[in-house]
Amino acid sequence: MAKHHIEAKVNGDAVEFLCETEDTLLDVLRDTLSLTGSKEGCSSGDCGACSVMLDGRLVCSCLVLGCEVGGRSVETIEGMAKGETLHPLQQRFLEGAALQCGICTPGFLVASRALLEKTTNPTEHEVRYWLAGNLCRCTGYDKIVTAVMDTAAAMRKG
Amino acid sequence: MRYEAPESLEGAVALLAGAKGETRVLAGGTDLLVQMRADMVDPELIVDIKKIPETRAVTEEKGGWRIGAAVTGAELKEHPRLKQVWPGVVEAANLIGSTQVQGRATLGGNLCNGSPAADSVPALIAAGAVATLAGPKGKRDLPVEDVMLGPRKLALTKGEIVVSFLLPPRPPRSSDAYLRFIPRTEMDIAVVGAGVSVTLDGAGTITAARVSLGAVAARVLLVPEAAQAIIGGRLDQAAQQRLEAAARAACRPIDDKRGTTEFRIDVAAVLTRRAALIALDRARTS
Repeated sequence: MAKHHIEAKVNGDAVEFLCETEDTLLDVLRDTLSLTGSKEGCSSGDCGACSVMLDGRLVCSCLVLGCEVGGRSVETIEGMAKGETLHPLQQRFLEGAALQCGICTPGFLVASRALLEKTTNPTEHEVRYWLAGNLCRCTGYDKIVTAVMDTAAAMRKG
Repeated sequence: MRYEAPESLEGAVALLAGAKGETRVLAGGTDLLVQMRADMVDPELIVDIKKIPETRAVTEEKGGWRIGAAVTGAELKEHPRLKQVWPGVVEAANLIGSTQVQGRATLGGNLCNGSPAADSVPALIAAGAVATLAGPKGKRDLPVEDVMLGPRKLALTKGEIVVSFLLPPRPPRSSDAYLRFIPRTEMDIAVVGAGVSVTLDGAGTITAARVSLGAVAARVLLVPEAAQAIIGGRLDQAAQQRLEAAARAACRPIDDKRGTTEFRIDVAAVLTRRAALIALDRARTS
């Protein structure tokens, strides 16, 4: 059967691609659009390494079909920095050593930004629950949670 | 594998009814895509129902609330009114998976995935929710407790889909609660789930109740004996003991790596009592 021809927005840019029915959004991002920032961890929605925003909603791109995103807007880690200027979360993750191997980091950053867009003053409890779907085997999470809390505090000060 | 995203119920039903091979309905995809990836299912046709307006709406109807089958957990949580009227239903839906999964997972999918451990199903059954189905012979209503027959087995006929759920009108002094046990605080599948809904009179006596248990039998159970144990009283110690005994008696759980039979029965009794106390407290202040 013919491939699906999909037109969507990715990080604000109009894109079009061809995909098979069984191709996930993650497959499309990585293999077709060469946006390899989103990582494949578990392919079952448990690890969050493939987190992206779909029409402003945080989702696992491994649990979305490519053919579902026609006419919709996708934001990935590649759209987070503005040119050479890192997003405050990215900057704080670096300064606070909130990553080691880095595989989970794009997912944590995308998910953390989604939280800070909803609430500017999250409690540690809220941060930990919000990020429960992002797994990290290196950091033990404390530095990640601290980085998110510190970024929120800094962004509140402006 | 074909993918279709019809914009009408009739379109979806015609596609599913006319298909020769295996079909799957796609709502949030949080179970279906995992099962496809694991080669557990290999449908010839996937019908995405999210473009059908009836599956995506939350509306007031006849004094109750109608929730589309493809409304996500995140959308339920953000709804300005539902959480006040049906806190148990909303909290149950919000226990399913992570923030990311909440952005996709739906009530219709949770029910139609056919798992006895589905978190939102005991809450819907306790709420007295009725599923509206659309199929080749038109629409019909089915109480949620009658939709699932056993693991992965539904009462739906070929071509039928769950369109929405109707939560009934809520008398004053009514509320609900859902509790589940998992070995950690997030991101796991219920070992036991308990949903309780109660209505009180002006004196605080329980005049109506529904109790539902998940993950303790081959399907999610409605337990009328547990409801009877607390109707007519104020959930004093004796009523709590009767409630626990009725919950225990209803359990027919499996023994598996997530919980032994004995453990599940014990936990079912405890969760039912605690959920009833929470629902009662909420009803007093609602």
